[in-house]
Amino acid sequence: MPGRELRSEDLRELTRDVPISRGLGRSYGDASLPPPSRPIAANTTLANRFLSFDPETLTVRAEAGLSLVGLHAVLLPRGYFVKVSPGTQFVTLGGAVAADIHGKNHHVAGCFGAHVKSVTLRVADGRIVTCSRESESDLFRATIGGMGLTGHILEVEFGMQRVSSPWILQESEQIPNIDAFLEALDAAARDWPCTMGWIDCLARGRSMGRGILIRGRWATAAEAAGRPFPKPRLRPTVPFEMPELVLSWPTVRLFNEGLYRQHIPRVRRGVVHPHAFWYPLDEIKDWNLLYGRRGLTQYQCVIPRAAGSRGVRAFLEVLTARGGASFLAVIKDCGAEGLGLLSFPMPGTSIALDIAIRDDTQALVDALNGRVLAEGGRVYLAKDNFTRAEHFRLMEPRLAEWQRIRRAWDPDLKLRSAQSVRVLGDPA
Amino acid sequence: MKALILGATKGIGRALARQIAARGDSLFLLGRDLEDLERSARDLEVRGAKGTVGVARCDLADPAGFVKALDAADRALASFDTVIVTAGLFATQDKLEADASFTASLLHANFTATILFCEEARKRLLARGGGTLVVFSSVAGERGRKPVILYGASKAGLSAYLEGLDHKFRAQGLKTVCVKPGFVKTSMTEGLPPPPFAGEADDVARIALHAIDRGTPVVYAPRIWALVMQVIRLMPRFVMRRVGF
Repeated sequence: MPGRELRSEDLRELTRDVPISRGLGRSYGDASLPPPSRPIAANTTLANRFLSFDPETLTVRAEAGLSLVGLHAVLLPRGYFVKVSPGTQFVTLGGAVAADIHGKNHHVAGCFGAHVKSVTLRVADGRIVTCSRESESDLFRATIGGMGLTGHILEVEFGMQRVSSPWILQESEQIPNIDAFLEALDAAARDWPCTMGWIDCLARGRSMGRGILIRGRWATAAEAAGRPFPKPRLRPTVPFEMPELVLSWPTVRLFNEGLYRQHIPRVRRGVVHPHAFWYPLDEIKDWNLLYGRRGLTQYQCVIPRAAGSRGVRAFLEVLTARGGASFLAVIKDCGAEGLGLLSFPMPGTSIALDIAIRDDTQALVDALNGRVLAEGGRVYLAKDNFTRAEHFRLMEPRLAEWQRIRRAWDPDLKLRSAQSVRVLGDPA
Repeated sequence: MKALILGATKGIGRALARQIAARGDSLFLLGRDLEDLERSARDLEVRGAKGTVGVARCDLADPAGFVKALDAADRALASFDTVIVTAGLFATQDKLEADASFTASLLHANFTATILFCEEARKRLLARGGGTLVVFSSVAGERGRKPVILYGASKAGLSAYLEGLDHKFRAQGLKTVCVKPGFVKTSMTEGLPPPPFAGEADDVARIALHAIDRGTPVVYAPRIWALVMQVIRLMPRFVMRRVGF
């Protein structure tokens, strides 16, 4: 991290005079980085205690640095899982609230914030405030998805779910193009709690948007019968930064072709390891090093439902016209907008891209944002590193209200991040 | 196991307490800050500790309070069988050289007070036929070294005391386990550049717990530090005088 990161078990002490807190640093852009003029951040990961767990109400209260890995290590063996999980379990509760994370079940479960009961914050004037739907509800709505800018998140109280087994029943299906993909996502959403898909971003023309659709649910006790509790899996590691050649057009073309073609039969069904289903990214340690020295960024946007498949196709065309800018995309249908004022999802199609950083990345993001703006969509701040302030303002009609609440609690903008300087125009 | 831990709210002590809780053993926590102890107690209960995890105030700076704290633990656990001390003070050599009053506090806490606490605990364990006394010393006490002269001296004295205890009382059922961590990445060493072989609290706790179960008198953690210290012990003085560590 550029600047200094302070670590302590004592979050109250740690957050006394820093502009931003950060957890496991998995947001892809500058969301957890401090502003350039005050290069110091509070790392919350040592503040990782459970404060209570009530199996009756399925409610956990814990310190903000507890990660989903830590949470599930204790509670999944007893049959509990978070109601909403992103594609990595290396996320802290503080990060989950700040980014109002979403996952494969967004169409039925909404965002993480939908299941948060209260958040305890150290606000800018130093006070410790607990907010919820009932108490300080404005602060609560601004904090859910507020990228840690309304106060340092100290504690989170949230609901869990009981699962029928720790295993997943998964179906995957080969889908030939984007129109078929959107229809298949729609159909799957009616019967399955979890859906998402991988799209081959190199395929163009008639097979543009081809890929693999995945739908899943917790396996029933009968389906998981005879299986022991899933052991943590061996994680191969990328040992060092790979040359950029490793993820170049021809190699990935071959990889994507293989990934698509080897999916035989067209529909597969079976019980799979929960990590393979929820956390495919965590299966390879330091996978980001595959992207070489200059690394990668992510880009995730949502194209509103009203834009239909035409809107999604138009977006993919901007992308595939620049062959090889991104190799794989994750596609997912989003359900209703949550209560978080800056929360990302809205009803529509979310598309997430890994983009290798190249000289023209800014131009690419500008072009993609132009498309998203034209369709009335928006981008996900937790993954953003290149969106311009003027674009973001146009995407976010809710921004003014969020700023009003934020400034009521922090008139001097003591809480800032590198991202808030870039995207919200905060003083550096 | 019915374990009493002094220093379970932070760092290696926290990691060790969690591993003990995860196997369903009973715990009682001693420390300086009651509110903080209560939070750790709830954490350990969620993680599987048996029954309620009790707490009591106990400050190494104040040996007059040891008896009361140990009484509270004895009552809550119905006679503990394992006493673990991970608490201690640390500061860099530069800071200690510049601050005589903190040096006095550190020497007192790490040596005098820790030993007084162990004496009280040992008497109780021996009176009930034995048990395990686990104390976290440090590789810093293995040899006089430039970067850890004062801290190392306090730990050298502590290690010598623990070795003596082990020789004298093992036959009577008191197992003494001296854990010697190398550099471990915790809040105690926050801000210091980690040297090669720097360890993680969870790994050190795992090694310590294994040693506690087996009653191993001395254990280095991470294990590579046994080898590193062997080399350092064998270095002639004229070499030690020249090297930086």
